[in-house]
Amino acid sequence: MHAHLHLIRALPRITRPLAAIALLGLAACHSKTADKRHTLLNVSYDPTREFYADVNKAFSAEWERQHGQKPELKQSHAGSGKQARAVIDGLEADVVTLALAGDIDSVAKAGLLSADWAAKLPHHSAPYTSTIVFVVRKGNPKGIKDWGDLIGEGVQVITPNPKTSGGARWNYLAAWAWAEKHFGGDPAKVRDYISHLLRNVPVLDSGARAATTTFAQREIGDVFLSWENEACLIEKEFPGKVAIVYPSLSILAEPPVAVVDANVQKHGTQALALAYLEFLYTDAAQQLAAKHFYRPRSAAVACSLPAMELVTVDQHFGGWATAQKAHFDDGGTFDQLYGSKP
Amino acid sequence: MSHPDVTTESKPVRLLLIAGAGLIMAGLLLLPLLAVFIEALRKGWEVFFVSLRDEAALSAVTLTLTAAAISVPLNTLFGVAAAWAVTKFRFKGRALLVSLIDLPFAVSPVIAGLVWVLMFGSHGWFGQWLLASDIKIIFALPGIIIATMFVTFPFVARELIPLMESQGSDQEEAAITLGAGGWQIFRRVTLPNIKWGLLYGVLLCNARAMGEFGAVSVVSGHIRGETNTLPLHVEVLYNEYQFSAAFACATLLALLALVTLGVKSAIEHFTDHSRSVL
Repeated sequence: MHAHLHLIRALPRITRPLAAIALLGLAACHSKTADKRHTLLNVSYDPTREFYADVNKAFSAEWERQHGQKPELKQSHAGSGKQARAVIDGLEADVVTLALAGDIDSVAKAGLLSADWAAKLPHHSAPYTSTIVFVVRKGNPKGIKDWGDLIGEGVQVITPNPKTSGGARWNYLAAWAWAEKHFGGDPAKVRDYISHLLRNVPVLDSGARAATTTFAQREIGDVFLSWENEACLIEKEFPGKVAIVYPSLSILAEPPVAVVDANVQKHGTQALALAYLEFLYTDAAQQLAAKHFYRPRSAAVACSLPAMELVTVDQHFGGWATAQKAHFDDGGTFDQLYGSKP
Repeated sequence: MSHPDVTTESKPVRLLLIAGAGLIMAGLLLLPLLAVFIEALRKGWEVFFVSLRDEAALSAVTLTLTAAAISVPLNTLFGVAAAWAVTKFRFKGRALLVSLIDLPFAVSPVIAGLVWVLMFGSHGWFGQWLLASDIKIIFALPGIIIATMFVTFPFVARELIPLMESQGSDQEEAAITLGAGGWQIFRRVTLPNIKWGLLYGVLLCNARAMGEFGAVSVVSGHIRGETNTLPLHVEVLYNEYQFSAAFACATLLALLALVTLGVKSAIEHFTDHSRSVL
């Protein structure tokens, strides 16, 4: 009798906290539906953190002025390819602002937005541009001036992995474009140059920011192939320790933006998402782009970055779909040339 | 009674070995811990406290505490149940169960995260159903909890199994002959015997739950102020060149480690745990 009493008294005591935990878990499972129409998730790539933090502040004030309600703007950053993968796997981005069109194409291929997304905003949906430059150690001890110097004996080149990083794909194509021009389009010499270049890469980080940290913080490598904006940021963060070198030719990098149709329909955020991306083309946002060392599209906004000879992916490589297939898909030139023996 | 000297090495050799071990301890364990605190305070106390009061930091702390508050009690329950089952009973598949409990120790945390994406991601096994029912698991709190639970699953059970094995089931059997029920046996015989071991296991489980990076990174989605746990937030700050802020948040994790060590020593003081099988 005594034992049973114990049993009865004890049971609720142990079930109570368990029930509470289970309830908490259930509550967590159901996504908060309150005010989703004023919440926006921008899934972006690595080097845009500071830029979009500023854009969010400016846009938030603008939207509040027009609609009387402060939107909640959320950011997520990682390597561009990884972010596209996350959105495909269910990260509910309202807008994607990635490093290259190919990554948004993958999201489109998964059915989350229409294939003609690039035609929906001006300048094929790329509100700002950038390019690829070199960052070298103070005083440029290895005397690196142009792409040809990167394959020199004992030169360590830092670039992230083109399989996961958008920036690295721009690096790769910029090198390829220079080599084609330099060797008069001789394919064997171009491939030879690229495999030489890849042999000089000691570590392939997964994203542009990880590669930046490798070069600037951990001080590995002699030259860092970098987004121009990232390069300027490193120069600002590590004054006197690094210098930027502009090569004779580089690539016009057009990081595109798009509304993720399937997710905004689900959240009811069409208007907010579109307004957010259109805001990027306003002079206010273009000025922020220039401030964060992007090259603004608007001619009205001053750009302090030097003019360069830039090739485009569309003209030189026949667009991202073709370039992706030829160079970065499984069995493409990167797979063929990376790790190839001399 | 004097013990015979069992060491055969000469005194200088012994000193050299001790010095080497001490040097490795200082270099590998003490120095990094010190570096965390020095880096955190490099720009002064003001920056230190500002970075801890930052909205994203607070949300990261809340998320980490929530995830631990849910996963640690559940894992404690599972751990005790598993240890009880494999030590007090003999049944078919018992060896398999013991190996299964160890699985999370053997699997890389990245894989531990990716399997959940494979299952609950939009294109995963249950993706379509979850999407249709508007339940979010991956890239939200439930995913983080599940990943944390997976990684920390073995801690309690691993701590209890050797302890309960060595204690045997004599006392429980005696209790049965005296007419005690199952719950009564557990509460009045088993639990008092294992309480310090259990506490120790829970402590380790909690430390790992709050510190887990790899598996959580895969399922988090990295939404600032929402799905960034404290370890992920530290990485974000570090990548944003906010080194002092990053290390300020890292001190929270380091403090957790120190508290864990303190409590662990206290527990060992109360028991002869340190001498038991481990």
